[in-house]
Amino acid sequence: MTTTVAARAERTDTQQATTTMTLAKAINTGLRSSLAQNEKVVLLGEDIGRLGGVFRVTDGLQREFGADRVMDTPLAEAGIIGTAVGLAFRGYRPVCEIQFDGFIYPGFDQIVAQVAKLHYRTGGIVRMPITIRVPFGGGIGAVEHHSESPEAYFAHTSGLRVISCSNPQDAHTMIRQAIDCDDPVLFFEPKRRYWVKGEVDQNITGQTPMESARVVVPGNDVTVVAYGPLVMTAMDAATAASDDGVSVEVIDLRSLSPIDFATLTASVRKTGRLVITHEAQQFGGLGAEIAASITERSFEYLEAPPVRVTGFDVPYPPAKLEEHFIPDLDRILDAVDRVMGNRNSLTDWGN
Amino acid sequence: MFSEIDTARSVDTTEFRDRITPPDSIDQPMRSGEIIQLLTPDGQRRKNSQFDPWLRDITGDVLADLYEDHVVARRIDTEATALQRQGELGLWPPLIGQEAAQIGSARALRDDDFVFSSYRENAVAYCRGVDLTDMIRVWRGNAHSGWDPYAIGMAPPTVIIGAQTLHATGYALGCKRDGIDSVAIAYFGDGATSQGDVNEAMVFAASFQAPVVFFCQNNHWAISEPVGLQARRPIADRAPGFGIPSLRVDGNDVLAVMAATRIALDRARSGGGPTFIEAVTYRMGPHTTSDDPTRYRDRAELDEWAAKDPIIRLEALLKNIGVFTDELRESVAAKADQVARDVRAGCLSLDPPEPLTVFDHAYSTPNSWLDRQKSQYAAYLDFYSGGAR
Repeated sequence: MTTTVAARAERTDTQQATTTMTLAKAINTGLRSSLAQNEKVVLLGEDIGRLGGVFRVTDGLQREFGADRVMDTPLAEAGIIGTAVGLAFRGYRPVCEIQFDGFIYPGFDQIVAQVAKLHYRTGGIVRMPITIRVPFGGGIGAVEHHSESPEAYFAHTSGLRVISCSNPQDAHTMIRQAIDCDDPVLFFEPKRRYWVKGEVDQNITGQTPMESARVVVPGNDVTVVAYGPLVMTAMDAATAASDDGVSVEVIDLRSLSPIDFATLTASVRKTGRLVITHEAQQFGGLGAEIAASITERSFEYLEAPPVRVTGFDVPYPPAKLEEHFIPDLDRILDAVDRVMGNRNSLTDWGN
Repeated sequence: MFSEIDTARSVDTTEFRDRITPPDSIDQPMRSGEIIQLLTPDGQRRKNSQFDPWLRDITGDVLADLYEDHVVARRIDTEATALQRQGELGLWPPLIGQEAAQIGSARALRDDDFVFSSYRENAVAYCRGVDLTDMIRVWRGNAHSGWDPYAIGMAPPTVIIGAQTLHATGYALGCKRDGIDSVAIAYFGDGATSQGDVNEAMVFAASFQAPVVFFCQNNHWAISEPVGLQARRPIADRAPGFGIPSLRVDGNDVLAVMAATRIALDRARSGGGPTFIEAVTYRMGPHTTSDDPTRYRDRAELDEWAAKDPIIRLEALLKNIGVFTDELRESVAAKADQVARDVRAGCLSLDPPEPLTVFDHAYSTPNSWLDRQKSQYAAYLDFYSGGAR
């Protein structure tokens, strides 16, 4: 597991014991730590109490911390977020669970018009240390509204921080960093990687800051930027590319807003080639922002135009079609061939 | 603790019903049109055995103070409207006609209660002790929020209709969790009752028995839309469906408003959960200074409500009980004049903010993207003017 590699490399205290756990459990233990350390942390969401959440991410937390800190709420996303705003006014640090990505829209107004803006509105007096957890992405064969990647809406909104984890160690560390952050944080959890296991060090001192991207596979020829569920896919692509003699550097973006352009720029100035991949639709997405910003900042270093490998610009398709929507290893490799100038699917396609 | 959803309590209004029968009964909603009134438009005091006990401390002196609040609030409104017409304010949302609804409720609050309001509650802000210049700041375009919410126990005005009702509910849950008896009060209008947020707030408040007061000023108009477009029945009738007792009061009657608010606050403080108050009033002015109400409402309706003016009836009451002396009239007029001068001076003292403050407070912690943008804009300003900091 790359997790272990990354965590090991960055751990300052190598004596700390680690435990093997799933990504879902890593979030669970992160939430548990935050609840234990700060009595102002409260969890709100649908089915997060007795059931432990539909993905069991909050399993056991209500039993341990009580129903007034792990609150099952009525089924109303605006209600969950708006109530969290009031709690934040009163000094609480609410952690809201949105059950599925596609359910976040009823709460959208409260997120973008209130949560995101209150600190600015009040000239810095009222803080909104609200964490909004969102299981996102496809690949689980679900019905409509259960497989979406709405992160760009929030990355577009000033006042919000948007992060996503790809492995258990980051999941644990980043949920705690999000809760500790005085700004509101959208925390996108890669739901199809919930059951991926990795070693987790629950002493997070010295872990990578929330805002930082991370080079998870070093390479020299092509930079592939991914986040959330596609980091594993991109790493697999890097392994496959190396068999063909192409050295791919994979960057786990981790923070989608703000983006760690220092790490991205350093990589692209080394490789000269950029591929960005995400499950979300392409138009106006994170890939567009990264491609534009890298082009603005590092045009003279680029050997080829940046290429995006993304979900298509259609609503998320039915489960039996999702393999034709979610970028996979082969589509990423095809993009690597494009930026390398190798023969690829579009070589004979025209323009 | 708000965690335990006590379903028995959430529908048991016996205690409350006993206190102020009949209007709050969930089983027997108030009859349409039934409005609690303690002070008639001609200043006659109507006895009400359920409400009067909540007004025992309202002496002639207190009434005189309330009268001053009314006159000052209206004077602020008039002055601010003038400032807008003179180009000193970008916009102003007049509250004229709604003074009793706002003052009667706001003066019932304790300092440690917390207000979540819309943009029209400037008389509430005045009662909360807001600095007059701070009241103006938003409307001159200098800030999105004029005051420190924690200093006066009042959140900044919420422009998105009804969104603040959820904030009040959440804040109230926090109070309950903190083990204190402070109450959150949400001010909103008749138009807001159509919003999902307001309905969700009532669901949450009822389920968790949050110590929150939903204070709806039914001023009959949501810009050009009459209340009949929002509600086919009295708005107060809705709350019992959520398990929330409601009161419908004459919103131009400061005594009825104050008594109802005190009842609701007492209920919230003693663990009785939320209460919904519909204060039936009238927006005598335009929606804002940008609006032209002559396009959508009749003069006759305005005249009808002018006869129910909250200040006229309070003045009549003061005369009836012998409190309205020349001295009072003059001191109130002097106070209003002074406040108007202060509003104007405060307004004119507000210079445009420094250019680079446009970036301030978007985040509470450093943000690499925004820091770069700010740095580049500073360079741009420097390059062309040499004067930016």
